[in-house]
Amino acid sequence: MDRDDLLSLYRQMLLIRRFEEKSAEMYALAKIGGFLHLYIGEEAIAVGAIAAVRADDYVISAYRDHGHCLAKGSEPGRVMAELFGKATGLCKGKGGSMHLVDARRNFMGGYAIVGGHLPLATGLAFAVKYQKRDQVVLCFFGEGAVPTGQAHEAFNLAALWKLPVIFICENNRYGMGTPVHRAVALYSDVAETARAYGIEADTVDGMDVLAVRTLMKTVVTKVRSAPRPYFVEALTYRFMGHSMADPSHGHYRTKEEVEEERQRDPLLLLRRTMTNRGLGSEADFKRLEREVGEMVAAAVKFADESPFPARTALEEDVYAE
Amino acid sequence: MLISYREALNQAMREEMRRDDRIFLIGEEVGYYQGAFKVSKGFVEEFGTQRVLDTPITEAGFTGLAIGAAMAGLRPIVELMTFNFGILALDQIVNNAAKIRYMSGGQLAVPMVIRGPGSAAHQLGAQHSQSLEAWFCHVPGLKVIAPATPHDAKGLLKSAVRDPNPIIFIEAQLLYSTKGDVAEGEYTIPIGQAEVKRRGDDVTIVAYSKMLLLALEAAEDLAREGIQAEVVDPRTLKPLDVQAIVSSVKKTGRLVIVEEGWLFAGLGAQIAELAYAQAFDYLDAPVVRVTGADVPMPYTRPLEDAAIPDRGRVLAAVRQLVNGP
Repeated sequence: MDRDDLLSLYRQMLLIRRFEEKSAEMYALAKIGGFLHLYIGEEAIAVGAIAAVRADDYVISAYRDHGHCLAKGSEPGRVMAELFGKATGLCKGKGGSMHLVDARRNFMGGYAIVGGHLPLATGLAFAVKYQKRDQVVLCFFGEGAVPTGQAHEAFNLAALWKLPVIFICENNRYGMGTPVHRAVALYSDVAETARAYGIEADTVDGMDVLAVRTLMKTVVTKVRSAPRPYFVEALTYRFMGHSMADPSHGHYRTKEEVEEERQRDPLLLLRRTMTNRGLGSEADFKRLEREVGEMVAAAVKFADESPFPARTALEEDVYAE
Repeated sequence: MLISYREALNQAMREEMRRDDRIFLIGEEVGYYQGAFKVSKGFVEEFGTQRVLDTPITEAGFTGLAIGAAMAGLRPIVELMTFNFGILALDQIVNNAAKIRYMSGGQLAVPMVIRGPGSAAHQLGAQHSQSLEAWFCHVPGLKVIAPATPHDAKGLLKSAVRDPNPIIFIEAQLLYSTKGDVAEGEYTIPIGQAEVKRRGDDVTIVAYSKMLLLALEAAEDLAREGIQAEVVDPRTLKPLDVQAIVSSVKKTGRLVIVEEGWLFAGLGAQIAELAYAQAFDYLDAPVVRVTGADVPMPYTRPLEDAAIPDRGRVLAAVRQLVNGP
């Protein structure tokens, strides 16, 4: 574990955090419309997991997808422009917050029907195996997707056909407002659901980016060398509401609970580790804060100054030629 | 070459799979069982289980898997045992296959065919007898094909497999054993091109899939009565060859649309609207639709027969339109 490596992880998480905070601000200014689901509090999962794969590995996500997209390397300006609905957005403004896609980076999209993208992930993995390539697929979803029928169909097919897909369940403990113990039968060990299909599964502290990356490196090596599915449950917590329509704690959880979980902020934990090991100084963190702040400001400027799509774009991209 | 509709589909897929190894066939019983309707006879033997995949009974799962595979560069053919079971895959078809190109701003494509039989056979009951093409036609991003003859089935399936979009390809159980002449050698039929199956000047009958055969039989009866019907088969339901239908209507001045699906918000309503919008001044009488009854399909044969368009109803509709009440 070296200093630059840790600083890089910290920087990526910080970028997501500041990007999301800025998105909330832009939403309040009505620069961003529709639904906006922030990844604040869950950054360690996307950053830790994606740090364990190659650039040509596939990533697919649900509607809380900004973090995965940024961690896969997408340009913040083009992501922000997409949220603004601009022609320069990743998807020319046609996808929006919940449907980011960066095909050039094998970020295969955010999908907003809960459970519906798990079969797609198995299909990406099927294509890898069919073409005798050695990529793996990371499929991110919330614990709310676990009881869906489509998730179970995907688990069964992936296990049956030994497809190289790693299902990463971001268990943030709430659907919108429904806690996991009222939604998932095996709530105390969600990973057990996958084991029922013969899928090897682990649970990890999703607030600890180093723990996530360490586990994922092992898992990715296993899956790449002998194709098969794997299930990782990452225990996490979202610090904000379900979406911008939901206040940070709402009626379904207490302020105290949110405050308590914030003590385990993934940025705070990594910063503490780095400081304790002498691998990061106040000056480093200040410098990163400044750099990331500039990046996010530039992203907003780019998005803001970009044009909306022309009216002629409406009927483009419905069919491929 | 006189072959069955089933053999035509078999040949189309076989030729395409020999040409392009990105194509694979996936669905329930498509492998060792050779397809519930034996459309994939001999495929496992020729292409192996890597390319001919028997699935568990999980339409959403394997259709979604095929969509993901298409996004990553493969060319799946999904066989639905029947389109009734495709309802279980509607989320995948409507929310993913149809929208992924648009939502990604053109970055991703979903080149795939979803095929299988639609419409009623005999006494299969309400859950196995549905004509759902209007549902799929309603969704931007999908193309919908419903061929009636072996020649069209072969040429259009080959085009569908080569198309870079998700295609709904609707066959019919009662068509599989019907025979027809198929051109020798390699050929394709363009998607979106109707064909006038019978020339006539007195009335236009638009009919597709099984209903085309019915319309052609009725046209023979009508000819004996001195009514020359022009029978237009759209073959592709979306994109619809509006021009072919409109120019026929401009010639005959009368339009009858025969479809097996339910009356309300059925495909014929859309075709009628197009005729009114683009050939209003040429119409001598209101458009007439002959459709399936607006009921779940009954099991008992007399009621089932009453629910599906038959020759008598087509004849009555045309006679009334041409001769007046």
